[in-house]
Amino acid sequence: MAMLEIKDLCVNYGVIKALKGISFEVNEGEVIALIGANGAGKTTTLHTITGLLSAKSGSIVLDGKDITRTPAHKIVKMGIAHVPEGRRIFQNLTVLDNIRLGAFTRKDKDAIAEDVEKVYKLFPRLEERKTQIAGTLSGGEQQMLAMGRALMSKPRIVVMDEPSMGLSPILVSEIFDIIESIRKQGTTVLLVEQNAKKALAISDRAYVLETGKIVLSGKASDLINDESVKKAYLGE
Amino acid sequence: MKKKLNVQTRKSFVTYALLIVVVIAVEILLNTGNISSMMQGLLVPICVYAILAVSLNLTVGILGELSLGQAGFMCIGAYASAIFSNMVKDSITQPMIRFPLAILIGGICAALFGILIGIPVLRLRGDYLAIVTLAFGEIIKNVFAALYIGYDSAGLHISLKSQGDLNLAADGKMVINGALGISGTPNDSTFEIAVAILFITLIISYNFINSRTGRAVMSIRDNRIAAESVGINITKYKLITFGLTAFLAGVAGVLYSHNFYSLQASKFDYNLSILVLVFVVLGGIGSVRGSVIAAAVLTMLPEYLRSINKYRMLFYAITLIVMMICTSNATVRNFFIRSFEKLKGLVIKKKPAGGTVKEGE
Repeated sequence: MAMLEIKDLCVNYGVIKALKGISFEVNEGEVIALIGANGAGKTTTLHTITGLLSAKSGSIVLDGKDITRTPAHKIVKMGIAHVPEGRRIFQNLTVLDNIRLGAFTRKDKDAIAEDVEKVYKLFPRLEERKTQIAGTLSGGEQQMLAMGRALMSKPRIVVMDEPSMGLSPILVSEIFDIIESIRKQGTTVLLVEQNAKKALAISDRAYVLETGKIVLSGKASDLINDESVKKAYLGE
Repeated sequence: MKKKLNVQTRKSFVTYALLIVVVIAVEILLNTGNISSMMQGLLVPICVYAILAVSLNLTVGILGELSLGQAGFMCIGAYASAIFSNMVKDSITQPMIRFPLAILIGGICAALFGILIGIPVLRLRGDYLAIVTLAFGEIIKNVFAALYIGYDSAGLHISLKSQGDLNLAADGKMVINGALGISGTPNDSTFEIAVAILFITLIISYNFINSRTGRAVMSIRDNRIAAESVGINITKYKLITFGLTAFLAGVAGVLYSHNFYSLQASKFDYNLSILVLVFVVLGGIGSVRGSVIAAAVLTMLPEYLRSINKYRMLFYAITLIVMMICTSNATVRNFFIRSFEKLKGLVIKKKPAGGTVKEGE
């Protein structure tokens, strides 16, 4: 059984149909990529999974439990962490406060302190800047902070929304390396990316979204060689 | 072992120390008779306004939402406690027992209303929230202004029409007399009690800001979606903050109502809410110490300016503008900070008394 199962998910913004019945599944330990153009519904899908948006119809099932109507703050406790798009960090708090807030749903103090160290190991630059106000970090550092924060809730699935957006090519590679190491630690990753080439390179499977529908799916290694994907998303 | 205090804790200790120094100075002046009667009359109101400003700062500065209902919550606290004190003043004659009870009753009633109003209202944000809270404040004020309550041997009588409509028996007593309000409230507020409550308010605020709850509230202010995505129940923490703000405003109302013999609802109009907001903004949004200083200075100023009669409001307005520039303009602020540093260099042992510069944030 899949860890996370999405079935016939429909989401509306007012009268606009953002998702027109999409279905996919995420298995434990996988990296899954959702790719597609602007407005395809990638972010909407993630927001609906993590409870920030409510679905019109369809279901989201985590470990056999229906979480379609569960509020966002409870979903975090159930093991899904969200790295929101555009580096949504807490601008006026320190880096350390940001990281600690990631563990908001947890009560085990000692383990939290240990996990802060783990995040520092993954992102050494955050340790150097731990007392700094988060809003003064560079774009790449902010993205790392958002990722580190999400890991603090000890998630089983991390959903990432455009982690490479607006970053320099070197940083993009760095971010993707980190996603790989997160996966190596046993965390499942659901990735939304515009950078289809990089995303497909590190994923196991991928789904291609187009105006609220899944038009193509399969192994990432197959999709990367698919003619239509190449033409539409890889610019070749 | 010497423990290193974090920045917030240090800030709070500086504020406590400042307050204690000022209170000791005022006490010395009071005991030696070196204080004008006008200033004496201002002591409790200054504490009341400082408490109001500090509590509104929690909603405006920490939660980041604009609320203009402060006067309404103060009104509830003032009325609830004045009714209580008036009804028990013959049975509980000891103010040391009566007043703390009144404070608790006032605070809790205001907090209950704060939460009740907060549930529908906190779904709104920004300007909309400001308008709706303003409206609620006015509704509360007007309801109290139209309320007639009396009691006699048969029990409580409530009317929204007139005094005669209550049909009180001969032994009956009026508690609230419509627009005339409540009179006969025991004058239990003293400067010492007011300062003690201000002190408690400061401790509550600083601890709130430094707590897990406080960080959760600030994270909602900084980024609502991110806060939700790390598992913070936004509605809950907004309500906690709003309730705490209302509670403290209610306590301020208790002090206010027990400072005067009579109390009218018309005092709690939107001007008062705006005034408190002015204290918060001028003191520096988010700065607890700034709120207290601004409340104290701006409460005393109009009274001291009475001597120049006609130009009084002109000077008041100019002071507001100057304060605004000094606290928000980076260039001016840096100038003060630099001169402060220089002064520090010149006089190492003696502390300069310049209080113009707020903590830089």
